[in-house]
Amino acid sequence: MITKVTHMCIYVLDQDSAYDFYINKLGFKVHTDVPMGADSRWLTVTPPDQPELEITLFPVKEGSMFNAETSKTMIELIKKGTFGAAVFTCQDLMVTYEELKVKGVVFKKPPTKEFYGFEALFSDDSGNWFSLSQLDIEK
Amino acid sequence: MTKPEIEPYHKFYLYRRIVQAKLFIDRHYAQPIDLHQIADEAYFSKFHFTRLFKQAYGKTPHYYLTQVRLDQAKRLLADGEPVTQVCFSVGFDSSTSFAALFKKHAGMAPSVYQAKQLQRKALFNHNPLHAVPNCFAETYGWKNSNIR
Repeated sequence: MITKVTHMCIYVLDQDSAYDFYINKLGFKVHTDVPMGADSRWLTVTPPDQPELEITLFPVKEGSMFNAETSKTMIELIKKGTFGAAVFTCQDLMVTYEELKVKGVVFKKPPTKEFYGFEALFSDDSGNWFSLSQLDIEK
Repeated sequence: MTKPEIEPYHKFYLYRRIVQAKLFIDRHYAQPIDLHQIADEAYFSKFHFTRLFKQAYGKTPHYYLTQVRLDQAKRLLADGEPVTQVCFSVGFDSSTSFAALFKKHAGMAPSVYQAKQLQRKALFNHNPLHAVPNCFAETYGWKNSNIR
């Protein structure tokens, strides 16, 4: 049986900018940052209290993963905010919302009461959006 | 003004002050700050502040400060900084209490952690593909390139 998720991938437009967003704004930690040849880099980060889940911040560019056309389409879709990448949780949504706003994070939806708790939506520097939730069961 | 109109502003102001205190820790962890100073920064009494901070972040301000210092210590140790220098540069004033706290937090002594991290770094320098799960290395075309 499957037991855990160890890696997930978020496609970003610029790795340096994504590093700044995930580390300095969201407060994630660098797990691995290794150059892969002259123009590539394997960069994974982890949520502060979940060191076993590596989130790969992978840049969309033409190469063996994406041909020129797919790469162009992916970049357009990411910029348009097509992809919802993950659901994050926090202890207190209002406090976290205020902290992230102070750090310049842009929210698409302010904290709102949902049947399971409270939820807000924000986008990363590329355009991927995330749910930030405070679950009633955690309080 | 009726209570429902006052309440949201009051809460908003409260959230801002808690965030202000947390950011104060993030900025000044390397200095000899204590709970009194952090609470003062947010205009709270010490006990009220500790309660609100724990409610907001799930840990006491003291625990959070220690965690920030230890996280920074891990980063510096991984970069090869001498253990004693790391201890003082992240805000601890005793290498004995630093070593004990580090061991409790990381499950090993700072010197052991450093040796493991430097070994890991040397492995990745020698062969970067050791850092990447095979499926990703193949998909991104690194497996058959001359990355070594």
